[in-house]
Amino acid sequence: MTPPTTSPAGSERPRLAPTGRRHVADPIFKLVAIACATSVLVLLTAMIVRTTIEAWPVFADQGVIGFITGDLWDPGQSRSEVTGTYGAWPFLYGTLKASAIGVLFAVPLAIGIALFINEIAPAWLKRPLTYGVEMLAMVPSVVYALVGIYFFRIEIWRPIGQFVADSPLGVIPLFSGPVTNSSYWAAGNILAIMILPIITAIVRETFAQTPVDERLAAYAMGATRWEVMRQVIVPRGFPGIVGGTMLGLGRALGETIAVAFLIGASQRRDGSIFFAGDAVTSLIFNTFQDARPEGVWALLAIGVTLFVITMIVNVVARLIVYRVGRTVGDAAV
Amino acid sequence: MSTGTTNATSAPDRAHRSIHDATPGSRRRQRRSTVMTGALAACVVAAITPLVLILWQVVANGGGAIGWQFFTDVETSPREAGGYLHGIVGTLYMTGIAAALSIPVGVLAAVYLVEYGQGKRFASIVRFFTDVMTGVPSIFVGLAIYALLVVSSGAGLGFGTFVGAAALATIMLPIVVRSTEEMLSLVPVELRNASAGLGARQWQTTTRVVLPAALPGITTSAILAVARGAGETAPLVLTAFGARQVVTAFQGTPQADIGLLMKDGFSQPFAEGIERAWAGGLTLIAMTLVLTITARFIASRGRV
Repeated sequence: MTPPTTSPAGSERPRLAPTGRRHVADPIFKLVAIACATSVLVLLTAMIVRTTIEAWPVFADQGVIGFITGDLWDPGQSRSEVTGTYGAWPFLYGTLKASAIGVLFAVPLAIGIALFINEIAPAWLKRPLTYGVEMLAMVPSVVYALVGIYFFRIEIWRPIGQFVADSPLGVIPLFSGPVTNSSYWAAGNILAIMILPIITAIVRETFAQTPVDERLAAYAMGATRWEVMRQVIVPRGFPGIVGGTMLGLGRALGETIAVAFLIGASQRRDGSIFFAGDAVTSLIFNTFQDARPEGVWALLAIGVTLFVITMIVNVVARLIVYRVGRTVGDAAV
Repeated sequence: MSTGTTNATSAPDRAHRSIHDATPGSRRRQRRSTVMTGALAACVVAAITPLVLILWQVVANGGGAIGWQFFTDVETSPREAGGYLHGIVGTLYMTGIAAALSIPVGVLAAVYLVEYGQGKRFASIVRFFTDVMTGVPSIFVGLAIYALLVVSSGAGLGFGTFVGAAALATIMLPIVVRSTEEMLSLVPVELRNASAGLGARQWQTTTRVVLPAALPGITTSAILAVARGAGETAPLVLTAFGARQVVTAFQGTPQADIGLLMKDGFSQPFAEGIERAWAGGLTLIAMTLVLTITARFIASRGRV
């Protein structure tokens, strides 16, 4: 922190401290580094402030509560004032519902994968499996959308949905038909695949931190491998599971293209998971190019709403993950 | 076999064997353990299967459209013959600018966090919000760059290459910062002390000792961030906007992108366009795959 030259001993300065250009190089370098670090905060602040300012007319006209709970999205065509009606609820509902399905599938799967890779897989298999799961994070979301609409939803998800809806479970409104190709169900499934890598990465990391002593002690007490995992490793890693889940949820809430093409763009707010719905991100993605200035403000307003939600989720997630002692390493997942 | 002392790898078997007669339920417990091991293996299979299916689908459906024309021609409409030259140019162009914007800033920010910010409150704030920023929805980044740079109440630049690149850079920046920080913190303190002992100033130590030592790691994280940026499409809808010809303008003219062309192609019912969308998907996956493998290769060659 303290460079040798800023020694307070004034008498030494003439001999040790370089003069001229060299003298300022250190402070300047430090200043540039600080400026770059600050730029992250500046950028984040600028993003929030600018979008909120642009979206303000809509919040002012509808009221924040009215905007969030409103059930009708009917954009006006004005260039200067808010003439339409903007209610974000059908989209928030769809975003939350699809994300919930995604998290519900991804979390148990991620825990299973983490346990398998950490505890069961032979050494030679750990690396390929880790890369395999991480590869899921490297597939561009537009490719997920493409494979989702032409393959997964038709060949796998709709048939499964149909099976459930036809079974006795179909009596429950949540699982009732009709089953559409694009639905909360399809969007939730693609989200599960997409958020799997981040949850797995966090959960694996926390599981790996289980003290060896506790593990060996459990084995010495006669515990089976499963009992060690279930009663020692999973409880130890619980905060990591919660943090990873929240991070995954944050990603799911913000995922755009795959959801836009798989959720179906229906604002009916159907009670079933097998019917088409809509999401915040897909509304922005689908209608931006045709929106008039007024409509763009409204899209910014719903974007700000989504941002606030994901921000809260992410902050909570990070605080939990920090407490577990994990600080770096998942940036690229 | 049974007289050995504690051994981590064979502990479960031995533990089981030694108590087998003592506990009546132990056979049942052991069976349960085996069943659960199978269930965990099934979880892994359930995760790898979609990956295999995706790769298979993309290669099977897109492979046929990959050819000379795909890389050298422009698609004027999804219903006619053509190629993705403009999209490839646009994606490379924007990703390149985004890398040039985000990597230097990101690396320097990481230098601050590791070399100057140890134990400082400001550094932990930056670190925290950088982490939070990795979770900001990419579509919101698009909206924000639109509000900041595109509209006349912002910078008024209009749609184009640069604003598209700015959106991608915003997504890449936190990734670069955090992964570079990790790489810098792996550089041994002794190296820094040795450098300081030789009379180097802090900036000399950083630029001539720490950064070179961490270079393979930094390169890896930079490449992974670029791969991430190259695959982003959502924010480009609001910033690059899309084009039907090769755009070389730095700013002012809407720019094309592979993802945007794919989305136009596969959302319209024309066989030609859909097949090209698959080919575009194959191109994107190949790009990210090549980048990722390069990154891993560099990482495995030079461990700091």
